[in-house]
Amino acid sequence: MQTRKKYIFLTFLASWLLLFFFGGDQLRRFAPFSGRKAEARRNWPRWTDRSLLKSFAEPEELQRDEDPSLLSPRERRAAWLSAYSSSSCRMETCFDFSRCEKHGFKVFTYPQERGQPISETYGKILSSIERSRYHTLDPEEACLFILSIDTLDRDHLSGRYVRNVDEKIRGFPLWNGGRNHLIFNLYSGTWPSYTGELGFDIGQAILAKASFSTDSFRPGFDISIPLFSKDHPQRGGDKGWLFQDSVPPKKKYLLVFKGKRYLTGIGSGTRNALHHIHNGKDIISLTTCKHGKDWEKHKDTRCDKDNVDYERFDYQELLHNSTFCIVPRGRRLGSFRFLEALQAACIPVLLSDGWELPFAEAIDWGRAAVVGSERLLLQIPSAVRCIHPERVLAFQQQTQFLWDAYFSSVDKIVHTTLEIIKDRLSPPRSRSRFLWNTLPGGLLVLPDFSTHLGDFPFYYLQHGYSPSKKFTAFIRAASQAGSLSQPILRLIQAVSESQYCAQIVVLWSCEKAPPPSGKWPQSTVPLTIIQGRRKVRGEGPGTRAGSRSSRPRAQPHLCVLPPQLSERFFPFEAIQTDAVLSLDEDTSLSTSEVDFAFSVWRSFPERIVGFPTQSHFWDPEQGRWGYTSKWTNELSIILTAAAFYHRYYHSLFTEYLPAGLRELVDGLAACEDILMNVLVAAVTKLPPIKVSQRKQHKEAAAQQAECGEGAAGTPLPGAPSPSAPHGARVKGTAGSRRFSQRQDCLNQLADWFGYMPLVSSQLRLDPVLFKDQVSVLRKKYPSLEKA
Amino acid sequence: IMCASAKYNTRGPALIPRMKTKHRIYYITLFSIVLLGLIATGMFQFWPHSIESSSDWTVEKRSIHDVPVVKLPADSPIPERGDLSCRMHTCFDVYRCGFNPKNKIKVYIYSLKKYVDEYGTLVSNTISREYNELLTAISDSEFYTDDVNRACLFVPSIDVLNQNALRIKETAQALAQLSRWDRGTNHLLFNMLPGGPPDYNTALDVPRDRALLAGGGFSTWTYRQGYDVSIPVYSPLSGEVDLPERGPGPRRYFILSSQMALHPEYRLELEALQAENGESVLILDKCTNLSDGVPAVRKRCYKNQVFDYPQVLQESTFCIVLRGARLGQAVLSDVLQAGCVPVIIADSYILPFSEVLDWKRASVVIPEEKMPEMYSILQSIPQRQIEEMQRQARWFWEAYFRSMKAIALATLQIINDRIYPYAAISYEEWNDPPAVKWSSVNNPLFLPLIPPQSQGFTAVVLTYDRVESLFRVITEVSKVPSLSKLLVVWNNQNKNPPEDSLWPKIRVPLKVVRTAENKLSNRFFPYDEIETEAVLAIDDDIIMLTSDELQFGYEVWREFPDRLVGYPGRLHLWDHEMNKWKYESEWTNEVSMVLTGAAFYHKYFNYLYTYKMPGDIKNWVDAHMNCEDIAMNFLVANVTGKSVIKVTPRKKFKCPECTAIDGLSLDQTHMVERSECINKFASVFGTMPLKVVEHRADPVLYKDDFPEKLKSFPNIGSL
Repeated sequence: MQTRKKYIFLTFLASWLLLFFFGGDQLRRFAPFSGRKAEARRNWPRWTDRSLLKSFAEPEELQRDEDPSLLSPRERRAAWLSAYSSSSCRMETCFDFSRCEKHGFKVFTYPQERGQPISETYGKILSSIERSRYHTLDPEEACLFILSIDTLDRDHLSGRYVRNVDEKIRGFPLWNGGRNHLIFNLYSGTWPSYTGELGFDIGQAILAKASFSTDSFRPGFDISIPLFSKDHPQRGGDKGWLFQDSVPPKKKYLLVFKGKRYLTGIGSGTRNALHHIHNGKDIISLTTCKHGKDWEKHKDTRCDKDNVDYERFDYQELLHNSTFCIVPRGRRLGSFRFLEALQAACIPVLLSDGWELPFAEAIDWGRAAVVGSERLLLQIPSAVRCIHPERVLAFQQQTQFLWDAYFSSVDKIVHTTLEIIKDRLSPPRSRSRFLWNTLPGGLLVLPDFSTHLGDFPFYYLQHGYSPSKKFTAFIRAASQAGSLSQPILRLIQAVSESQYCAQIVVLWSCEKAPPPSGKWPQSTVPLTIIQGRRKVRGEGPGTRAGSRSSRPRAQPHLCVLPPQLSERFFPFEAIQTDAVLSLDEDTSLSTSEVDFAFSVWRSFPERIVGFPTQSHFWDPEQGRWGYTSKWTNELSIILTAAAFYHRYYHSLFTEYLPAGLRELVDGLAACEDILMNVLVAAVTKLPPIKVSQRKQHKEAAAQQAECGEGAAGTPLPGAPSPSAPHGARVKGTAGSRRFSQRQDCLNQLADWFGYMPLVSSQLRLDPVLFKDQVSVLRKKYPSLEKA
Repeated sequence: IMCASAKYNTRGPALIPRMKTKHRIYYITLFSIVLLGLIATGMFQFWPHSIESSSDWTVEKRSIHDVPVVKLPADSPIPERGDLSCRMHTCFDVYRCGFNPKNKIKVYIYSLKKYVDEYGTLVSNTISREYNELLTAISDSEFYTDDVNRACLFVPSIDVLNQNALRIKETAQALAQLSRWDRGTNHLLFNMLPGGPPDYNTALDVPRDRALLAGGGFSTWTYRQGYDVSIPVYSPLSGEVDLPERGPGPRRYFILSSQMALHPEYRLELEALQAENGESVLILDKCTNLSDGVPAVRKRCYKNQVFDYPQVLQESTFCIVLRGARLGQAVLSDVLQAGCVPVIIADSYILPFSEVLDWKRASVVIPEEKMPEMYSILQSIPQRQIEEMQRQARWFWEAYFRSMKAIALATLQIINDRIYPYAAISYEEWNDPPAVKWSSVNNPLFLPLIPPQSQGFTAVVLTYDRVESLFRVITEVSKVPSLSKLLVVWNNQNKNPPEDSLWPKIRVPLKVVRTAENKLSNRFFPYDEIETEAVLAIDDDIIMLTSDELQFGYEVWREFPDRLVGYPGRLHLWDHEMNKWKYESEWTNEVSMVLTGAAFYHKYFNYLYTYKMPGDIKNWVDAHMNCEDIAMNFLVANVTGKSVIKVTPRKKFKCPECTAIDGLSLDQTHMVERSECINKFASVFGTMPLKVVEHRADPVLYKDDFPEKLKSFPNIGSL
């Protein structure tokens, strides 16, 4: 039976093949595919005499490209200023760089005039600027000016339209033709053409505008911002909606759209066509004709059926459950749905020809969105179907990164705008495109710290670098006694014995002068003493980077005010390695603890890795964040009394955070290490890492003599957690005051950031053989197990 | 030994249903004869044709003198001047490009003609060497089509690389009479030297209507962003001089200026710079007293010293590229070739291929006003960054400046990426030099997410026939609170899984998938049934893990979702005697792998394992019935660049390599085999991706002196 089947099959196959081989030749002549195959493909000829061809330009001509009869460079630049009107402004011609040289990048906001109401949104923009570290109250030192006139809505049919702007701005003595001004706008033009018309002459001001069209956009000068609603949060902002990375994307729909269909007027071309791609299965494209007052006048045959379908689906539901979202132009080029899709990790499919995409100077939208063409709408379904699942996953993650880095709050949008302008001022000290488009994003990477990627904690893997193999021990000494206490001597001893220790830096932040060099212990690693600063206005520690290698100058100091606690996170030049081991003078650590923690830090260079921990929690009864130093199963804060972190965080702490926040911390006393933890968590979105520690901490050697009154805030030495199981209820008023201060601090920081950045972890990293039942001789870190 | 043999049993030999051998041979022979006969006939039939047609495919051999001459009447139409408002969506006809699965535009090249005016005078040189190279490159590329009807982009063969070598009006007329000109729509012109005296426009002056312009020397006022392409000015020296790549590092001079004709004002500023900073700045000029026969373009002088150009560029860390009458300068190409970091001083200049290249990584752009501060600006750049810029500069030259071919293909690729943006080449592919591409890691799960606990995990148990042990594993695992589904991969084709009623009753769904073949890779298949991100791979004999340990493992995975989080850890070591890698399962202080007999990982890695495993590793694993876990460790480490996380203290695991006391011989063969795997995989990956670490993860309060009942995971490490 089987045999016969096979025979038949074979015979069939053979005859089929025969037919193909012999008959095929004839067949081919008739078949439509014959024509081109037989013909020759006409390539560009290989000319026989091509070696005789002349070059397009003589070498001489290429190398001596100068015409002395021309304007001199200086004259040419001067001529540009007059030759190019404000409609073709560039930074070179319309921006006065000299204003920014002396005081750096400072932004001045015009004082608000009475009887000049501004919209809620513009109020948010102004307050974002005022919260930024670039804000100044002195117009003299300003580099950039922001009007107090609300220019967001320039649709003269709108109720928020401000009249006579031209007149008003001409009255400003600082206006200067708009030079060095930045103007924000969300809506321009009006029915029916919705052009970029603003209704006043912006002159040479930089325009930061939503729905920017490439026609009127002045490249390298203007900035396209996203359209955001008046409910957009001032700070913090909602998180993205992507909670899982799945391949292939586990979404119900492939592509969705739900919105208005314009029956007439600008933008109707695209919106009218959207229903064509609806297939009712994985592509949902719903339109409604219902908008405006007189829609029924223009109503066509589709309208009624469409309107019924339209009601059947919920916009939010579609947004949540689709891989791609169509973001077509509305009347204007940009729409709210762009940010909505971005937040929802629904990959935007942009159908808005001629839209200069938001922050395109910095953001590479090709990684997060499909930039389609309005004319090719019908190709979109097949195009998105062909996108590889891995690429879809990368797109989705990128939408979330961009949302969170640049768009989720008004603060972020405004600060991104400012940073883009700041980057233009000094191209060699600016962010590369890579930095803008890679975690943690441009706002958190300070080019003033370094322009080399390897100097930051974030890019080791992407560029094949590795963190430095040595660390700097940074000890803060605040003891009142002028002499060296036993703990600090022991600490220096223990740390300097670590093979990874490159140097020890002591920040001496007490009124008494540090002991002379002879009193410091002799060690193999260099020791640097930095004299802390007093709270004297106008004197930054930077101006007096008073680091003298183990030769402190005896200098009498007046301890009028307590030292600034945030000073310990100043980016001291003396710190030469990537890794910083931050210590308090009374911390007690052994060499092997340090060695092990450092080996862990090298695996997690972007996080804080350390010993004593604390945690935060939401207290529903009080409706606020609680803080505990009890022994818990979780941790979210690592005390900087004993922690490794990257030295970049010193720069971020001091330069990225606005002065106001640091003052807040200094005022609260026991807060600076919480702020450091909050900052690192806000940057990495990850919890810190706790490593194992010996149990040898004495019951709070705590109340040691401290410098000044406010310094009650120096973190308790060596972890309240392992030392005091009931740490939260530390007896005595000092303890409870400290505790409530820290709780306050936590809440104020959460408020300032707009959310609670801290992330909890349930794990601790121990040496591989920690407390395993093997011979101690086999273990690399046996001393960590000593009880 | 018992567990060892059992283990191998699980992965018993593959059974393929077979025909009776005798018949089979007969059929195979018969079939082969028929087939061979047919092939022979076919060849005989078609051989001559195929030779003929392939000869058709080769290009014609003709002389340029023979190209047809076209006479342009004086009144033939002239295109409009270039339209500055053109953008892809306004002036480009995308419908010509259409959707195609390869996402490649089709480019047509007009055939070469000689254009003469009414009086028979040539309009321009017929074609330059470079333009011929460029067209040849396009013609040889994937973009080329000879079918004008299928083309999306048209490239005229009229050479406009150098505006000074052509007559503007007549060239424009020649363009206008091209068969598909249509106001220049979808036409691409290449121009490197635009403008001419006295005003030196920064874009080609030939009226060209809507044509796209690939131009060298655009200023921000003439460049139509997203429409035009900014290209380099090709330096013919690139072809003549071979400058070997020089290792990065400090060089003799810090700043070098090599341009011959600089505006006196610039030269004054440079000389001031030199006066201030001495020997480290070298400002060269043309040589005045060269003997005859020495090409002036290959020499530079400083006072009486003579230097070879472009070799001298390799002696400096930074090389100045100043604008001349035009913004684009050929010296930029020479500088990049020399691996010297260009310091570009040309306000408003649009750098070559700036749409895709990140010039901040390869150059320093300094505003003309800031020339006096140049030295201090350059000094502030960290040495390590300078070295990278040197490498990057050289890479840009090699990839995009080196030849007309490189320039042509990069230009077409940029236009292609605009038309098929969803298939565009990534930033990394454009910008990362091969060394970086090789050493860098782009984690596919790069977003720092902590997956919600509520999602839970899916346990995947691979089993062959050890039903009793399997049931125990199922019962144990089902006690873990976060388990959301249990998937049994039944790898035995000869035996049916037990009836439904016999399976343990558990609180979560239990699915059994049957496989078609007894392969180890079945364990890592991305089954649709796995609905969670987290997968727990567990062998059917792992019953010693407590519920706390498994739950804790899941919690750890949530904090490290892009890593393998597992229980027994292993290490790879370099064996100095044998000069190869060695597998180690002893009690070591380090780990670099975890066994997938019990490990959590992201489902994405199942997808990678099944579809993206490099080389023949997958087949190798299936053939050897071993090392699938090592392969998974390699894969994850290679794609993420991160180490594994071992959780919880060491336990006695029942697995061949753990029974160290008995069965030494078997144990040894096993270890040898595993070591072989490591060496094999390392050679396929071309590197050793595994990362060695000294830590493992324990619960925060593990072994702390604290009441056990208050600990989240009290039952850890019990035996």
